[in-house]
Amino acid sequence: MKQERVGIIGIGQSAFTAQRDDASYPDLVREAVVLAMADAKLDLEQVEGIVYSLSPDAMVGIGNAERLGVDAVGARNKRFLRINTGGATGISSVISAYYHVASGACDVVLTAGADKVGECGDSQTVLNKIWDPTYERQLPLGTINMLAMSAVRYMEKYGMTEEDMAYVTVKNRRHASLNPNAHLRKLVSVEDVLSSRCISWPVKLMDCCPQSSGGAAMVLASERYIRENHLDAVWITGLAHCAETYWLGDRMASSVEADHADAFALGRAFDRAYRMAGIDDPKTQIDVAELYAPFSNTEFHSIEAARLCGLGEAPKLVRQGYFELGGKVPVNPSGGTLCTNAIAVTAMVRAAEVALQVWGRAGGHQAAGAKRGVASGNGGDHQIFGTMVIEA
Amino acid sequence: MTTELLRRKENWSITYNHALGETASWFYVQIRDNAKIYGRRCAETGKVLVPPRAFSDTTLKPTTDWVEVGPGGTITGFTVVYEPFNGLPDPPYAFGYVQLDGADTSIGGYFKGVDLTDAKDAAKELRIGRRVMTRFADKRIGDVLDFHFEPV
Repeated sequence: MKQERVGIIGIGQSAFTAQRDDASYPDLVREAVVLAMADAKLDLEQVEGIVYSLSPDAMVGIGNAERLGVDAVGARNKRFLRINTGGATGISSVISAYYHVASGACDVVLTAGADKVGECGDSQTVLNKIWDPTYERQLPLGTINMLAMSAVRYMEKYGMTEEDMAYVTVKNRRHASLNPNAHLRKLVSVEDVLSSRCISWPVKLMDCCPQSSGGAAMVLASERYIRENHLDAVWITGLAHCAETYWLGDRMASSVEADHADAFALGRAFDRAYRMAGIDDPKTQIDVAELYAPFSNTEFHSIEAARLCGLGEAPKLVRQGYFELGGKVPVNPSGGTLCTNAIAVTAMVRAAEVALQVWGRAGGHQAAGAKRGVASGNGGDHQIFGTMVIEA
Repeated sequence: MTTELLRRKENWSITYNHALGETASWFYVQIRDNAKIYGRRCAETGKVLVPPRAFSDTTLKPTTDWVEVGPGGTITGFTVVYEPFNGLPDPPYAFGYVQLDGADTSIGGYFKGVDLTDAKDAAKELRIGRRVMTRFADKRIGDVLDFHFEPV
């Protein structure tokens, strides 16, 4: 007998902004839950389990803030657990919700979370603390500096230029201008990006994601439940994780399997998800992608890890409009992580946006005719990756 | 509801006293007392891990012996920082990773002796593959910051 599928039946997300002074942290979680439950046309009583999406505590400034979230997600007397895989947290939470249903443990599972990175205002201080206190904390490591070094290696390996990077920002801002939930929605030019102030060479201000606040939630259900209750759904047909070594210096040496220029383990995670979904030629079989890329340069190696083009080919194809809305395979039609980064739910929004695309419900940033899409999330020091294939 | 929206300020200040363990302690004592950098070799693969670890992540076996590496090395990754961050040095500064001679992996450190006024010029000086020399501080406490790298 064919294994029962798991469907996505409800999606909720905030209109992300820098600050939400009108809402406490649990208020923001609640906002997304209410939207997702209304979208699913279900009541909270029908939810049997909740996967709580929350990355490092210090970003919201509340130790184990999932405790505060229990009430906001209606978890009293229910299955409840928190997931934290750093930047990948959101997609890992959807993956955990999937397994709750696929295992037969639950028919209906909610995953939800929120972040208020804008209140922290200093995410790099928090992110410096993810490095080992023995050998690396003393160094000025943060996610910007870490991924600036990825850019430097990608430049060396494939000839990427700062101008190539700027084209990613220009594309994603154009997409974000069509998405009312995106945080940075102002159009920018290549010149604007190149003349924005240098943060960590070659990464400039407009090559960076913002610090966003907002919530996201998704409702997943078993195929049987969906059919019996005549619900509308899109289907998760492939999903995977893959990790690689913590040590950045092991990915930057004369002979390395997983080069820090690329996203080697992300590629492995995509291969696993594609195998599960029966996809053998992603270049022609994927209609749309939402790939976790908080800095412009990291969209290139994410596109290549998703096997949407060969290694080193992404910069040229971005310039040609191949990955734009209206192009062959729109990448980050929502504007992506580059335009909105509420870290605890960013990778969940990737999955939610792909679901909306294949559902045909993405509104102004709909990719025409999209039936099958992929989402990804990156966490740790570019180290823990989650991937998902979603189909109509 | 219409109301004036308020905020509360919070500051987290926690002091940790991290034990470094046998492997890192031995490594740092050599840096402090002898101005020498060592890696740990995995007997099965022959790979020399710098910074040294008690076990290999590929074989999961304990590393077996100490191997002196450097002081020469090659830049494998770098960035030049122009933005101030809380708790980090005043910009500009350059740092990144160097594969010391005899090592199979790279260790992080600051780059000094490079004019950082212009990012593009600095990036040409600090290109991947550029040879560097390890320079030790006169006064050493047993830490990664006891040394830095300079292009040669």
